[in-house]
Amino acid sequence: MNNKEIISIKNLQKHYIVGEETIKALNGIDLSVKKGEFLAIMGTSGSGKSTLLNILGCLDLPTEGDYFLDGENIKSLNRNQLADIRNQKLGFVFQSYNLLPRTSALENVELPLLYNPLVSNAERKEKAEQALIAVGLKDRMKHLSNQMSGGQQQRVAIARSMVNSPVVIFADEATGNLDTRTSYEIMALFQELNDKGMTICFVTHEADIADFTKRNVVFRDGQIIKDRIIENSKNALEALSQVNENKDEFEY
Amino acid sequence: MKFINLIKIALAAIIRNKMRSFLTMLGIVIGVAAVISMLAIGYGSNASIRETISSMGTNLINVKPASQNRGGVNQGRSASPTLFAEDVTFLKNNSTLTDAISPEMDGSGQIVYGSNNWPTTVYSGNEDYPFIKKYEIATGRIYTTKEIKTAAKVCLVGQTVIENIFSDDEDPIGKTIRFNNIPFKVIGTLKEKGDNTFGQDQDDMILAPYTTVMKRLFRQTFLRAIVISAKSEDQITETSAEISELLRLSHKLKDSEEDDFEIRTQDELISNFGSISEMMLVLLGSIAAISLVVGGIGIMNIMYVSVTERTREIGLRMAIGGKGKDILKQFLLEAMLLSVLGGVIGVVLGIVSSSIVENALGWPVLVTTKSILLSFLFCTFIGIFFGWYPARKASALNPIEALRHE
Ligand SMILES: Nc1ncnc2c1ncn2[C@@H]1O[C@H](COP(=O)(O)OP(=O)(O)OP(=O)(O)O)[C@@H](O)[C@H]1O
Ligand SMILES: [Mg+2]
Repeated sequence: MNNKEIISIKNLQKHYIVGEETIKALNGIDLSVKKGEFLAIMGTSGSGKSTLLNILGCLDLPTEGDYFLDGENIKSLNRNQLADIRNQKLGFVFQSYNLLPRTSALENVELPLLYNPLVSNAERKEKAEQALIAVGLKDRMKHLSNQMSGGQQQRVAIARSMVNSPVVIFADEATGNLDTRTSYEIMALFQELNDKGMTICFVTHEADIADFTKRNVVFRDGQIIKDRIIENSKNALEALSQVNENKDEFEY
Repeated sequence: MKFINLIKIALAAIIRNKMRSFLTMLGIVIGVAAVISMLAIGYGSNASIRETISSMGTNLINVKPASQNRGGVNQGRSASPTLFAEDVTFLKNNSTLTDAISPEMDGSGQIVYGSNNWPTTVYSGNEDYPFIKKYEIATGRIYTTKEIKTAAKVCLVGQTVIENIFSDDEDPIGKTIRFNNIPFKVIGTLKEKGDNTFGQDQDDMILAPYTTVMKRLFRQTFLRAIVISAKSEDQITETSAEISELLRLSHKLKDSEEDDFEIRTQDELISNFGSISEMMLVLLGSIAAISLVVGGIGIMNIMYVSVTERTREIGLRMAIGGKGKDILKQFLLEAMLLSVLGGVIGVVLGIVSSSIVENALGWPVLVTTKSILLSFLFCTFIGIFFGWYPARKASALNPIEALRHE
């Protein structure tokens, strides 16, 4: 079952009408993502990466074309049904973390499960704790979001994105606010998740971050211009140890 | 989302912004405290007025001249001379349902005794007057029929007057005091009655025969009122009907003419004061209600600010599966909690301030469950009403735009 198709889009279009002009933010996208893939969506600014990710994340609907997520056609769903899909099948990681301010890490991670009435209070707490342990924040569960570093906050956000055991995690510029070292730490975490079978779609415009993924899809003007498999992707943990060595040389 | 979790989220949001939440609640707190204490004062004085009036005897009937318009000018009651001593005699001779009847005349003046002087009021009537008006004699005696006939210059004195013009060990009886320069011999003293509800000292008075007061003091031929004690409380209505009939006869009024007098029973007095204090209640109540509405607008304002401030939070909640109705409930509940919490504090403050009023000013107060329930209901309503629009706005946000909000 490892090559089950999770995402399938055909001739996807997204048009924005600004004044008289029609902007084709996405102009005929075909894409298929199978279970266990680690995908980097790349491209220059304004090429349509976020637009695609919003549609894939069921936050927005396409102007034209079909989108099948886990075998379900998204086009036919209403607002509430889309919310349920996001709640039970998807995970999100944002560039600016988007944690609730002055709220503990644990409560932040519990949040998606709060919106699922089928999850009991005990189960919710248990799952949130497991997710925080998985991202290496076992000792920080009770810490408030504003008492943590950017990297730690992003870890909490990743824990939150995986707490509902989604079929796919979407990350938009998840390392955009972080320094190189912390970016590598976050990439190491994503690689670890991917090794355990999690499907990840990762938007970035930094080539060296994309090198840690297994497949690069490059956008330009709303179209895919390149789609290639990375045969031997870099290991983030190794890259991290190199950064650490450099740091020792500088001795700051 | 489960209701208990919604409450937790709303409470957490309120606690996270303690100072702001408190200030937002303040309008409601003050409004509710105002409602509670205003109603407490209103109900309290209402109850005490009723008590005072009933204590004056429910079989008391008052007859006063009707106010008349002469040439368009309202002359007021005391100015219209329609009741005379002859009316009292006529009533006495012909009435079957009355127990006792007395003319009433009063007026203010200055008492002088030795080097002391004191402003007070003289009340007067016939020998039945103390019985009808429930004055009791402490020492000495009441004036006799003969003294009334001869307009004798005798009087009884109330306790406040005694305290103010006689020295402690002096016996007032037998002394001569001057009221408006007319010498009166003191023949008796009255038992203490204390203040009535209106704060009037009922012992600051002297009592004299009506003839003396009319002829010698004020040189007046007409009466201020006729006071009557009905034989039985149950026959008050019949008694006043009888009096009315007899007075029309005595005044030789034609069928077409209106009464030139007014009959008041205690029952009417009670219901009159009842309607006055009801008006007061409505007035006080609406002032309080206005302050509650102002408090509600404060909540609405802060909820709008809160929704704007927390746009990203709303976007996030939607992105991870929160539905419009979850967001609506969350913000609505927050507004309701603010309002109801403010209500709880307001009720406590209202009860406290009511008892302060009672102890410090000596006003009677009555905190009723009705007014507490009313306040809570109003608060909940205000929370829903003023919380609705901001919550609506929050729930209608587009998650993508909300997430991008700065
Ligand atoms: N709500 C909108 N209304 C109108 N045009 C929009 C809207 N959202 C995006 N666009 C346009 O669609 C195009 C693609 O935008 P998008 O945000 O997907 O770019 P991106 O690849 O994510 O860029 P970046 O790397 O800077 O984040 C841009 O030209 C943008 O101006
Ligand atoms: Mg983008």
